[in-house]
Amino acid sequence: MINLENRKISVIALFAVISLIFIARLFFIQVLDDSYTSSADNQALRYVTQYPARGIIYDRHGEILVQNQAAFDLMIVPRQVKGIDTIAFCELLNISKEEFVQRVDKAKSYSTYRSSIFQKQLTGSEYARVAENLYRFNGFYGQKRTLRIYPDSVAAHVLGYIGEVNSKDIERDSVYKSGDFIGISGLEKQYENVLRGERGREVLMVDVHNTVQGKYLGGELDIPAKAGVNLISTLDLGLQKYGEQLMRFKKGSIAAIEPSTGEVLSLISSPNYDPNLLVGVKRAANYQMLAQNDSLDPLFNRALMAKYPPGSIFKIIQALIGLQDGVILESTGITCNKALVGCHNHPSARNLREAIQMSCNPYFHQVFKRLINKGYSSNYFEDSALGLEEWHEKVSKFGLGQRLAIDLPSLKRGSIPDVELYDRIYGARRWAYSTIYSVSIGQGEVEVVPLQMANLAATVANRGHFIDPHLVKEIDAEHDSIIHYEVHNTDIDSKYYEPIIDAMQSVVDKPGGTARRARIDSIKVCGKTGTAENPHGEDHSVFIAFAPRNNPKIAIAVYVENAGFGGTWAAPIASLMIEKYINGSISDTIKEQRILGANLLFEPIEN
Amino acid sequence: MLICYSSPLRIKRNIFEDIDWVMVVIYLVLVLFGWISIYAATYDELHPSIFDLAKNHGKQALWIGLALVIGLIMLFFDTRFFETFAYPIYGFALLLLMGVLVFGTEVKGAQSWFVLGPVSFQPSEIAKFGTALALAKYLSMNGARFDNLSIKLKSLAIIFLPGVFILLQPDVGSLLVFTSLLIVLYRQGLSGWIFGLGFVAIILFIMALFLKQYEWTLFGTLIQGKVAFILGLSSLAALTYYYLRKRKGSLFIIAAGYIASLGYFLSVDYLFDNILQPHHQNRINELLGIVSDPLGAGYNVHQSKIAIGSGGFSGKGFLQGTQTKFHFVPEQSTDFIFCTIGEEWGFLGSLVLIGLFLTLMTRIVWLAEKQRSVFTRVYGYCVASILFIHFTINIAMTIGLAPVIGIPLPFFSYGGSSLWSFTLLLFTFIKLDSERKYVLR
Repeated sequence: MINLENRKISVIALFAVISLIFIARLFFIQVLDDSYTSSADNQALRYVTQYPARGIIYDRHGEILVQNQAAFDLMIVPRQVKGIDTIAFCELLNISKEEFVQRVDKAKSYSTYRSSIFQKQLTGSEYARVAENLYRFNGFYGQKRTLRIYPDSVAAHVLGYIGEVNSKDIERDSVYKSGDFIGISGLEKQYENVLRGERGREVLMVDVHNTVQGKYLGGELDIPAKAGVNLISTLDLGLQKYGEQLMRFKKGSIAAIEPSTGEVLSLISSPNYDPNLLVGVKRAANYQMLAQNDSLDPLFNRALMAKYPPGSIFKIIQALIGLQDGVILESTGITCNKALVGCHNHPSARNLREAIQMSCNPYFHQVFKRLINKGYSSNYFEDSALGLEEWHEKVSKFGLGQRLAIDLPSLKRGSIPDVELYDRIYGARRWAYSTIYSVSIGQGEVEVVPLQMANLAATVANRGHFIDPHLVKEIDAEHDSIIHYEVHNTDIDSKYYEPIIDAMQSVVDKPGGTARRARIDSIKVCGKTGTAENPHGEDHSVFIAFAPRNNPKIAIAVYVENAGFGGTWAAPIASLMIEKYINGSISDTIKEQRILGANLLFEPIEN
Repeated sequence: MLICYSSPLRIKRNIFEDIDWVMVVIYLVLVLFGWISIYAATYDELHPSIFDLAKNHGKQALWIGLALVIGLIMLFFDTRFFETFAYPIYGFALLLLMGVLVFGTEVKGAQSWFVLGPVSFQPSEIAKFGTALALAKYLSMNGARFDNLSIKLKSLAIIFLPGVFILLQPDVGSLLVFTSLLIVLYRQGLSGWIFGLGFVAIILFIMALFLKQYEWTLFGTLIQGKVAFILGLSSLAALTYYYLRKRKGSLFIIAAGYIASLGYFLSVDYLFDNILQPHHQNRINELLGIVSDPLGAGYNVHQSKIAIGSGGFSGKGFLQGTQTKFHFVPEQSTDFIFCTIGEEWGFLGSLVLIGLFLTLMTRIVWLAEKQRSVFTRVYGYCVASILFIHFTINIAMTIGLAPVIGIPLPFFSYGGSSLWSFTLLLFTFIKLDSERKYVLR
């Protein structure tokens, strides 16, 4: 007979073998195979992107120009959408059944178990209504976003707008993911890297019913979103707003600069648009409307992009170069010979001051002739070319014919004619002073943008130098170094500016001055009118000025398209801006009412 | 001072004398480990108290308290009580099993519960205890003549009589538990071949289900999987006969084996399709990978494996298991409690748990062998076998090695009825074992 007692060994061995099989199996699925871990994470964890708040942009006094408001994307996880009341859901979102089906299909084609956007950018109040019903609709949840809001609806062109990144942006910079916002124009684009902040992530636990059950590991794996950095801009909200009011129903632009710093105080392009239109879901439709269905082209930033002939303003530069090169003196008088170039009726200028004050065309025709034909060559054509070259170099020092280094993404350089240009047009040695004389009075091939004219006013105010105009004065300790501007000197000795400034003051103050409407009793304003000839219609009304004469606080250029003589519209607008900025109030309310009430648009505005 | 007059030879000074503390300590560790695992599985941040009676873990605290009382009471019993009342207890259990078919409440498709107000219990739990006692009693009187066929058959009858009633409920899990008592008969002298046969039957069963799906083209003829198997089996039989042809009677044995295998093999389809219920079929198909439906029939096991597999080497930490906390695994505090250990305590925790069970079962067998009393030895084997089958089936199903069969993990799974019955089983053995030295051989 077998020893049955030894069968305990077999029985215990059986226990041990089963235990070993379990241990081997557990070792395999727990230690060796990672797929269970990722399955567990996929079903129990939800990675929620935390979108950063974009940096706020303040004006120079700390007033908010643009900030953020909460918005929500309604997200869908198609796999979890089960047994919901579709009709009630459609009513809640105000969409049709077909739309619902279409969107669900679109989400499914992306992924059935990953979330995608079902409805974009519901506002806080819209979402609140949806949120309180969401418990009835499995598979949907809200994802917090931020949208821009412009409390005063000003400076649309300067601030620019943001939109969702496109595939090119994502390709160019891996920081971006589909659905992110990016600055598309204005300061939003220029300072994108500062404003955008860093995306964060929250790891939430969801239960088997996809209900959020709190933070995973107490939030240990969360990465908080890093808010964008705020900008302090150089704009003066009050001045900007006032300028936009003045420019209502007028086409044109205003640029105002603080001469001592190059800080842009206001930059207005009119007609403008409410920046709040280019926010959120309605952005695309509104953009379409502004870009295509509005003949006034409100999206076009005239202050930086519109090229005009400078008109008589250019005489300031001609006078300065004339003095520097010694072709005229302060005391030089020249007869107003209308045979050379047309002029309005005024007595002949007995000196430079009078010539500027009365804006005498033949006077500057002669000045420019002396600058061009200096007798460097006995050949008349060659002499003109050599003279133009020398002149061109000096004009360029005023920042003309080149892009100013302003911190905005798009701006035009304008054009100052040089030898190359005329050689191209007429052929080398085929042109001479007589061909190009209209440049003497800022017509012809000269083109400037309004910002360059404001910068010219600032250069005169500074008696010979300017600082790159800029729109951001302060960011934070880490980013301040990206604010960069330089001081540029003109080749004109500062002593030659005083007679010009005298003349500019006379333009405003003296009887016979072209800009009497720019007078302000309490402030010494120095200015120069211009009337830019416009082949397409009525002349443009132009005025540049700075004030006060000593220790100037503001330099300004005003362009009003198709408004005729510079002294009529541009000059009073500039003076109102100056008075508003320096005094904070307007003394001549009749002047103010005249401007505010004027409708200079040829087409009636439809509301 | 508690005094008990249980031994004819010597008077024990108190009931805790000669108790095997190893078993008691393992029992306590398992019960407490189980309790905190239930706590983790049903944890609710709004009701964080482990004693909250609205939650399973709170109730389990109560059940554990009662279990300890039951365990203690067992120690007061005179050992002769169990021997004397073995058959009446067995008979009472059979009555309950019959009664439950009439008066019981159906839970999850099986009429296996008595519900009396707040208390509910499964008579099959009592039947395990009763059967263990009855088998021990019967074999202690007749075990010496176990090679006698009628004794073998009577032993089998004691084991499977409750099985018949349980099959009527039907409760496959509990039926399997009774099958485990074959281990006890093996120790008494039942041939080991019976397990070999069982093993072959399982292999044939799996092969039959598997081969159904396949067919090959061989020499231009399409051969179905089943046909291939029959050809293979026939060649094997022929080869075996060729090698053993000189042995006397080999033809008969080989022919019998061949016919039995073939018949069984061919009847698997019928058994599978007609005897097993659809959910059993699904679970078996899922286990064998014949179908894969992680959102349907395979959901439990799929989720269970994810929970355990995601635990990693050292686990996610107490109350940190995401699958556990957020109810991804159904029945997690009862049949799938092992997921909680797997997820929150990882491979190390699972190792400790398996180690504890292995130690306990081995200890019981070891102590059973040291008994002078056949009754106690057989009873001990019964306890070890019942624990073993629960341990094996329960853990195997959670890690995808066995089809889902709803039987609890001893001492661990939530539920008073099963905890009390295991306590009863174990402490009766502890009591019997403590008298080892006083029993005459």
